[in-house]
Amino acid sequence: MLTFVDSVQEAVAGIKDGSTVMIGGFGNAGQPFELIDALIECGATDLTVVNNNAGQGDQGLALLIKEGRVKKMICSFPRQSDSWHFDAKYKAGEIELELVPQGNLAERIRAAGAGIGGFFTPTGYGTMLAEGKETRIIDGRGQVFETPIHADVALIKALKADGKGNLVYRKTARNFGPIMAAAAKQAIVQVSEIVPTGALDPENVVTPGIYVNTVVRVPAGASAEKVA
Amino acid sequence: MSTATTLQTSATPLGRDDLARLVARDIAPGSFVNLGIGQPTLVSNYLTEDQNITLHTENGMLGMGPEAQGEEIDEDLINAGKIPVTELPGASYFHHADSFAMMRGGHLDICVLGAFQVSATGDLANWHTGAPGAIPAVGGAMDLATGAKDVFVMMTLLTREGASKMVESCTYPVTGVGCVTRVYTDKAVFLTGPDGVTVRETFGCTLEELQELVPVPLKAAVDG
Repeated sequence: MLTFVDSVQEAVAGIKDGSTVMIGGFGNAGQPFELIDALIECGATDLTVVNNNAGQGDQGLALLIKEGRVKKMICSFPRQSDSWHFDAKYKAGEIELELVPQGNLAERIRAAGAGIGGFFTPTGYGTMLAEGKETRIIDGRGQVFETPIHADVALIKALKADGKGNLVYRKTARNFGPIMAAAAKQAIVQVSEIVPTGALDPENVVTPGIYVNTVVRVPAGASAEKVA
Repeated sequence: MSTATTLQTSATPLGRDDLARLVARDIAPGSFVNLGIGQPTLVSNYLTEDQNITLHTENGMLGMGPEAQGEEIDEDLINAGKIPVTELPGASYFHHADSFAMMRGGHLDICVLGAFQVSATGDLANWHTGAPGAIPAVGGAMDLATGAKDVFVMMTLLTREGASKMVESCTYPVTGVGCVTRVYTDKAVFLTGPDGVTVRETFGCTLEELQELVPVPLKAAVDG
């Protein structure tokens, strides 16, 4: 069921300890900072987090990791010049890492939302990231079996929602939003603007409302000081 | 079949910008291209309007324009290196699974990547040194290496210590197996494939001098 809530605190209140949480965004583009701040505030811990990265600087996902709430990261690119909170936890052995090639990460998330039990892909074949995985030669190419990644919750940032929960995004901030919304049992979305039902051109809807559970409005620029 | 060599030789090694210009010149008009982070990004400076190249960035865009400056900077519009960029007329946005499906599905003509090592049979190592304690990060490297129709590598031929990065087999963890089709270096352009390594051009050295540096058998490119 779709609900519209008044605060980010209310939006994340149902997230339980031990949940798998997908967090949208590629770097800072599309990262739902306000929802992550609320998740830190609500205290849920022992989380498995799925994101392309493992946090940057001193904000958003990086802070969730710093606070020790994340027991495992599933991501493609944890190490960056400013991923110091992840780096420290990893070196201290306090966080588990499942490293996944970026396209496999995206397709495994997509597969979960589409009800696919797994797929064979040439990406990673013959590399250490395929060690221990089932392989086959298909059409003359070595391919690796990959399984879907499901989540309890997805935290997503979009540009606009209408009254049916239909979403549109902005530029490259779209990134993981549409596939994470489908892959999680509960998709919690922060938007800059909620428009009346009928105000979005149905031809341009990117995420149909069927995938969306909770919508909260966070005006654009509310966290402008956070974006260095 | 003629056996006349088509090997070209120039007097001096190529600088980074000359190499980028050469790669740009070799990209067929109308191609869809992904340029990796670092040296490959320089190639975009030398693509001409007549070539009508469409640049792909794997975080979800076709029709990427130059790096954004001043007021153009928009936190929602970045490339795979997380650098603010611009959009060109005719650009499109799509989610991550679509972006990698167009790569894996063979729709991308060329990707240009950096490398630690390339093997005689076109194996690529560019994601991980394998050093103990290093935090591994792969990003889209493996997807790019296996997805594009042609994988061009740009690198210096030698490491700082003078070792060849063209090797019999990679000692670093591989990114993809048999995926590299061409290697552009400061000293030569190599074509790699199941039949071994062919040298198309040398810069500032002869084929014989090049062979002294590279521990894999090299042959000169021939007509036909």
